[in-house]
Amino acid sequence: MQHIIAPHEVTWAGTTVKAVIALLILSAVAGFGTYIERKVLAWMQRRPGPSHVGPFGLLQIAADGIKLFTKEDFIPQFANKLIFSIAPVITAGTAFIALIAVPIFPDFTIPDWIPLLGGIFVPSIASDLNIGILFILGAMAAGLYGPLLAGMSQDNKWGILGSARTAVQFLSYEVVSGLSLLAPIMLVGSLSLVDFNNYQASGIGSWLVWKQPLAFVLFLIAGYAETNRTPFDLLEHEAEIVSGYVTEYSGLRWGLFFIGEYTNMVTIAVLLSVIFFGGYNDFGFLPGWLMMLLKVGFFFFLMLWVRASWPHVRPDQLMSVSWKVLMPLAVINVVITGIVVMAMA
Amino acid sequence: MSLEKFKDRNVGQQNYRVLDLEPTPQTGWGRFKRTMKRATKLELLVGLGVTFGIMIRTLFRGESATIRYPFEKIPISRRYRAIHEMKRLLESGHYRCIGCGLCEKICISNCITMETRYDENQRKEVSEYSINFGRCIFCGYCAEVCPELAITHGGRYETSSEQRASFSLFEDMLTPIDKLKSQQEYPGFGAISPNADDNIKKTPLAY
Repeated sequence: MQHIIAPHEVTWAGTTVKAVIALLILSAVAGFGTYIERKVLAWMQRRPGPSHVGPFGLLQIAADGIKLFTKEDFIPQFANKLIFSIAPVITAGTAFIALIAVPIFPDFTIPDWIPLLGGIFVPSIASDLNIGILFILGAMAAGLYGPLLAGMSQDNKWGILGSARTAVQFLSYEVVSGLSLLAPIMLVGSLSLVDFNNYQASGIGSWLVWKQPLAFVLFLIAGYAETNRTPFDLLEHEAEIVSGYVTEYSGLRWGLFFIGEYTNMVTIAVLLSVIFFGGYNDFGFLPGWLMMLLKVGFFFFLMLWVRASWPHVRPDQLMSVSWKVLMPLAVINVVITGIVVMAMA
Repeated sequence: MSLEKFKDRNVGQQNYRVLDLEPTPQTGWGRFKRTMKRATKLELLVGLGVTFGIMIRTLFRGESATIRYPFEKIPISRRYRAIHEMKRLLESGHYRCIGCGLCEKICISNCITMETRYDENQRKEVSEYSINFGRCIFCGYCAEVCPELAITHGGRYETSSEQRASFSLFEDMLTPIDKLKSQQEYPGFGAISPNADDNIKKTPLAY
């Protein structure tokens, strides 16, 4: 039974393959990201980093995984057990749900010589929603229910403080991330990231970062707040609130939070590459998938670089800088972009 | 720099340099100007440059501060006071200890025990000698008092024991006879000072 399908028709099989690829790659990246992070931070602090387990310490990920699996799964006596159990799943789940509408690699067709899957057209995006960016921002914002509920359910004062800071952070960056993306959306005229990619198809000159540098900087800052990365590492800042919302977590539940966090880091890196840096278009002789890997790798490295270099801010500083500086800048950017778009049209 | 400068505790009398800090802005416009100044100064990028430079130096110039301890060791000072060593005479290979008992006498934690007797040449020989390293505080008096430079401190600092009283015998600390050539004299604890020859004075027989 061989169905005849058009070469570039998106089938359920292609979508499934894409979803599985995204899921597998990003789960692995979450583990590999911890290794890269420890290595880069170590180099920036004149240390070798993990180097004993396996070649170059690569099997440190496996050692950490074994440790996480075999650790006691502990729920505090007076914690709300249901919410305590669900919260990590919210963080990890929403992080992957957000990836539905994120294009990671270019379209490709699986070669015919591969059995069973040969000839399937795999689209660049698992589901090209017409509200793409809205959906991604919404799903990632819903992910903050994880830290919020985790902190409140665990009957621990550090957890409560972590939750309060989650709320502060959420109220701070969400406006900025939405408003900063509004200007590029107005230029492209679509919310779908595939349209963003096609808008920047004609080389480095068409990258949106040249037209919207301010929006890029604002979204970069908001993205760091969204993924709880330094300098906005407030939710679980060890020096102040022990471990914040993950104080009472252990084992694989704790691990789920970090799978979610690293997946969010990759999502933000992909969003920055697709929205501002030309997406998965070919760049000269470099194929699109390689360009995507390079760009995502750079933004991932930038997060670690920033973590090694900069101190973190206080919650009130984050809030004042978001509302008093970044939001007015974003609004001005939107207004100017609007005037220019009107004038050009 | 003389010592008086450090002994002067009258704070405010010395030549302190006042840092060139701007006064804290009081008005909203002043605060706005300060914010803009700090935001556009790009000092954050300087910080990024510093860490990136350190990463390059760690990766490509091997300037890592880490010593992978069980596999690597840093050389320690020759004056370090670790497990004792008993030295031999370089010419004859006989141990230097003359059994005078000064180290046993001066030991403030009473950890050195020695017994001596006369051998057939009417020369003192050491029959029993042990140091209880459970008691030894590695003060170095024994090496300092030794008139023959026979007992010195070595560099063996990795010591552990299953018992509080871990004795070390004379033969264990004595330089092995086949390693006599590598026995080193050094300006360490108990050794003669580099200018020992200059310090030799004639015995004052005048009085």
